[in-house]
Amino acid sequence: MNAIFKREMGSYFFSPIGYAVLALFYLASGYFFTASSLTADSSSLTGTFNALFTIVAFVIPIITMRLFSEDKKQKTDQALLTAPVRLSSIVLGKYLAALTLFFFCISITLVYALIISAFTSPDWAAVSGNFIGIFLLGSALIAIGMFLSALTESQMVAAISNVAIGIFTIVMDSIISKISVKFLADILKNLSFTGHYQSFPLGMIKLEDIIFFLSVCGVFIFLTTRVFEKKRWS
Amino acid sequence: MIEVKNLVKKYGSRIALNQINFSATKGEVLGFLGPNGAGKSTTMNILTGYLSSTSGTVKIANLDIIEEPLQAKSKIGYLPEIPPLYLDMTVKAYLKFIFELKKVKLPKNQHINEIIEKVKISQVSDRIIKNLSKGYKQRVGIAQALLGDPPILILDEPTVGLDPKQIIEIRDLISNLKERRTVILSSHILTEVQAICDRILVINKGRIVADDTTENLSAGMERNHILYAIVEGAKEKIISAIKSIAGVLNVFVTKEKEPGVFEYKIESDKELDIRRQLFKTLSSQDLPLLGLKIDSLSLEEIFLKLTEGSDVPDEMQKNKKEIKNEGDENS
Repeated sequence: MNAIFKREMGSYFFSPIGYAVLALFYLASGYFFTASSLTADSSSLTGTFNALFTIVAFVIPIITMRLFSEDKKQKTDQALLTAPVRLSSIVLGKYLAALTLFFFCISITLVYALIISAFTSPDWAAVSGNFIGIFLLGSALIAIGMFLSALTESQMVAAISNVAIGIFTIVMDSIISKISVKFLADILKNLSFTGHYQSFPLGMIKLEDIIFFLSVCGVFIFLTTRVFEKKRWS
Repeated sequence: MIEVKNLVKKYGSRIALNQINFSATKGEVLGFLGPNGAGKSTTMNILTGYLSSTSGTVKIANLDIIEEPLQAKSKIGYLPEIPPLYLDMTVKAYLKFIFELKKVKLPKNQHINEIIEKVKISQVSDRIIKNLSKGYKQRVGIAQALLGDPPILILDEPTVGLDPKQIIEIRDLISNLKERRTVILSSHILTEVQAICDRILVINKGRIVADDTTENLSAGMERNHILYAIVEGAKEKIISAIKSIAGVLNVFVTKEKEPGVFEYKIESDKELDIRRQLFKTLSSQDLPLLGLKIDSLSLEEIFLKLTEGSDVPDEMQKNKKEIKNEGDENS
């Protein structure tokens, strides 16, 4: 797992991808921080974090699109799968590398909090709630992105389908409000990313929300290993 | 070292491998020979645990590849048909990665440098793999298979795409590797298999059609009742002398080799080896025998016989073209 984690981290920064992702994220979050906090004379970072929800949905596909699709295309998966390594270590190594890059991205928000603390004391509960929330959201979307990348040889297909799922998570609530069948709407409401996310910006960290996002991670990490198991047997 | 029993692999309804059985011992170089799409790569992918078989067992050093995959895989160095190279890394960084991936216990830098020397890639070791020529990429592929000094090497078409000089170098390298190892390599080039391998498995349409040493393969198919003799002297005298030997059925002159020296084609009874008698008869009449050769089939002819032979069911013959095409993509 270590070897794979190190290689993936290396490959983010050998290539321009890692830098591009960081630059894009810092630029976008910087804009929203300036607009919703600095120029609005607000000590709250919640406006910034709310905007980040959308940005995350676009940045994560860039992080995850090549995780497995590139291996499949270049046939390097043969080296990974014939090495004396467990499939779960391969998948986790890659997942943790993507998660680490994402962590570097969102760490910038802590700098914003420090900037605010130079003027006034920020609401640290809301900041940490937001931070944990965006981290969990990212963890779940990265797991989904990794799964999609394992399904295809094409980075583009992986990225586009991941963006589509990101957009779907954003608009899901408004779709749910249009559904008249109560039973169905209730189920979907419980699966809504925004629904589970909304307590975090308020500084409320609910166990059920944490479990929801961690379950999504778990399910898609597991499914990724199944993709490779299935490929062996079919 | 390797034991394969009743291996079957189906892709849907298409049978890619049908009852493959063989074993290989330490120090043996085994060649998989067969046309494109015959099942060579599929067999190798199953041996290395990349694919699973539909039925049958593979044992690597007595470890089942399905039940104890980690231990079994640690015994194998594998070069797939397309070398699994991370093109964005330098040769050295890549080899370090594979070293760590395989959890090799040897001293890291020393071991990597030894292998770099062995496959002669030291002058490119700091370059990015993407920029290397095909020959060098292939060598880096061989280098990654050698990492960890595995007792079993499985090389899928190791010399494909190389120039003749590189081919010879790689062949020498493989010959040097075989001492302490079991090597399996595949090829559709006969001379290559003939040059490196102790034993040949001819695979065709998912089945083993021959499994023997190179010599025995030729011997088994010899038309051993035909001899070519080059003899100096008068034609009539020689022909009558040869005809006097028991078992000779017919004698023809085929061509004049040198002035006064002719080549004779001698057909004899299949069961009899007339070579000794021929020598004695000719020398007693003072007719110098300058050359003698048994008309054995070349490996090319054997190969064609085996792969086009009547032992292949008709329907498979019909599907041949289709299987070939699909195999090219999959293998």
